[in-house]
Amino acid sequence: MWDYTDKVKDYFFNPKNTGVLEDANAVGEVGSISCGDALRLMLKVEPDSETILDARFQTFGCGSAIASSSALTEIIKGKTLDEALKVSNQDIAEFLGGLPPEKMHCSVMGAEALHAAIANYRGEEWVDDHEEGALVCKCFAVDAVLIEKVARENNLHTIEEITFYTKAGGGCESCHEKIEEILAKVHAGEPVAAIPVSAAQTIAASAVSKPLTLVQKIQKISAVIDEMRPQFQLDGGDIELVDVDGDTVTVAMSGSCMGCQMSGLTISGIQERLMLVLGRPVRVIPVQMAHAVGA
Amino acid sequence: MTMTTAYMDNNATTRVDPLVLETILPYFSEQFGNPSSMHSFGGDTGKRLEWARGEVQKLLGAEHDSEVIFTSCGTESDATAILSALAAFPERREIITSVVEHPAVLTLCEHLERHEGYMVHYIPVDREGRLQMDRYAAALSDRVAVVSIMFANNETGTIFPVETLARMAKEKGILFHTDAVQAVGKIPLNMQDSAIDMLSLSGHKLHAPKGVGALYLRRGTRFRPFLRGGHQERGRRAGTENTTGIIGLGKAAELALEHMAWENSGVRRLRDRLEAGILEQVPYSFVNGDLPNRLPNTTSISFEYIEGEAILLLLSRVGIAASSGSACTSGSLEPSHVLRAMDIPYTAAHGTIRFSLSRESTDAEVDWVIAQTPPIIAQLRRLSPYWGVNGPIDAEKAFSPVYA
Repeated sequence: MWDYTDKVKDYFFNPKNTGVLEDANAVGEVGSISCGDALRLMLKVEPDSETILDARFQTFGCGSAIASSSALTEIIKGKTLDEALKVSNQDIAEFLGGLPPEKMHCSVMGAEALHAAIANYRGEEWVDDHEEGALVCKCFAVDAVLIEKVARENNLHTIEEITFYTKAGGGCESCHEKIEEILAKVHAGEPVAAIPVSAAQTIAASAVSKPLTLVQKIQKISAVIDEMRPQFQLDGGDIELVDVDGDTVTVAMSGSCMGCQMSGLTISGIQERLMLVLGRPVRVIPVQMAHAVGA
Repeated sequence: MTMTTAYMDNNATTRVDPLVLETILPYFSEQFGNPSSMHSFGGDTGKRLEWARGEVQKLLGAEHDSEVIFTSCGTESDATAILSALAAFPERREIITSVVEHPAVLTLCEHLERHEGYMVHYIPVDREGRLQMDRYAAALSDRVAVVSIMFANNETGTIFPVETLARMAKEKGILFHTDAVQAVGKIPLNMQDSAIDMLSLSGHKLHAPKGVGALYLRRGTRFRPFLRGGHQERGRRAGTENTTGIIGLGKAAELALEHMAWENSGVRRLRDRLEAGILEQVPYSFVNGDLPNRLPNTTSISFEYIEGEAILLLLSRVGIAASSGSACTSGSLEPSHVLRAMDIPYTAAHGTIRFSLSRESTDAEVDWVIAQTPPIIAQLRRLSPYWGVNGPIDAEKAFSPVYA
């Protein structure tokens, strides 16, 4: 069973704003029955101020699709259309306390329905750029279509490059075989490029044998954190080393990293890296960053 | 008030029978010896393993107990059988299987096709899930090393004519393997009069613990081990025996044989009552599979215009455990490959629920499911853009999303 937050469950079991909105003047319909989820969003917009007075939905889909739709209606009620256009799928996921990575597309569908409804109200045509493939990297929710597209457009040859461009493969690394397959497909016919051994593996090979001093250990740990930091920053968050006590490593996380459904996966990704580098079992404990970062 | 519960997911796994548990407990503590050891700690364990082998032999109706090889699970048995056949007939470079196999077989075949250069024939099925026999007959040739076709489908319960299929394969000198994980314990078997060469079973589908399975290997069948190492299982499956699992499987096999008649009378009656009770109350629902020719415990019901995961979540809230052929429960985007292979329309495939019973199922559980399911379906349909007041709306006219 999926690990849904209590808020997702609440919005699924007791959805708000369901059914047909009779006097709707903005309707957005996205999805299809073959995809397994479809959503009709109905809005009642006050013409002078363009304020959303009421919003209702009908959804064919799984628990998180229904919860995301309901959350969307709650978020946008009372907003003007321009304000509503700023609502992203991350806002929907955050409102629900996070969604499992495989279910992020439910929040995307919500955001698309919103844009479709507003386009409908304004008499514009909404063009869908929705394309979705099999989920490859579960840590960062990256699918095969995106990886292939980015690899082609940027002529990427290594897993490391894919990670830099898409974040895919930067966490638990279990998807590396799939990424290699995609790269092989993209570069079919070309000579095979050697995959550079990542820094972590090089360190691991030289590590272990003799016990590290505390300073050496801390240096190694902070090297790993520094190495992974750009990925967090790409996501609008940050990570810092706080303390090392025996085999317990405390890190501070901020921004969209904290409270994100993926933080558990991220932590286990860091933990795996650290164990590889230090050559012994390590526990990673996340804490909220004490000071606010950025605006 | 204690909540009524109904465990209707026995094709996923079954509860360990209390008698099985009682039988295996001493082998964790007092009788912990390695069956290969010379001392008395191992002595009784070795005897009990052979007793277990005999019980599995009886359940399968096999001629010799040495035809039973214990493994770690159904998947290992399947892989052992298929890879053994390929290794034993290296000049034969083709495999026949069906489109509705369990991933244990299907994923392995796809891997062999992509990475080992084998040609795989995937035999299609019809709308009722029945194998297309003409396609099967056409694929048989002396280029084929092995046929692997399931005994009964895990999602719909549809039973395949494996005996006929095996005889047809034999005429071409092809080894025949069947994944009988869902069939063993539910259908009487008589392997001594069978044309099947290899058969996989799994303990946890018949009230034994998880982590134990077996491969039936007809005496005289060419065989290459999957795991090499020690002499265990006569050198055909190296690795220290999972003694508690194997002894548990032995006890479970004994109990399964005792309950075989009940499985095909009592359990079937409960399943039929459940099915009729739901269909009677829920419009736009139907049963999948080859109806007269199914496992007695399984029913696959499609509820149109709604999605399976949502149904499961609501069922789970009232204590009912079932499973779904929906994409959303597995993280993939396509609904079950079995339902798609049967060409069940998307409107229904996404909303398909499998209820699978066991000898432990009761009338009270069936009553609970019949009472709870219809309002849940109605509740979700009220939320669906494809559903009007009393039935589906004309999707073409009333609901046509921007992308399809």
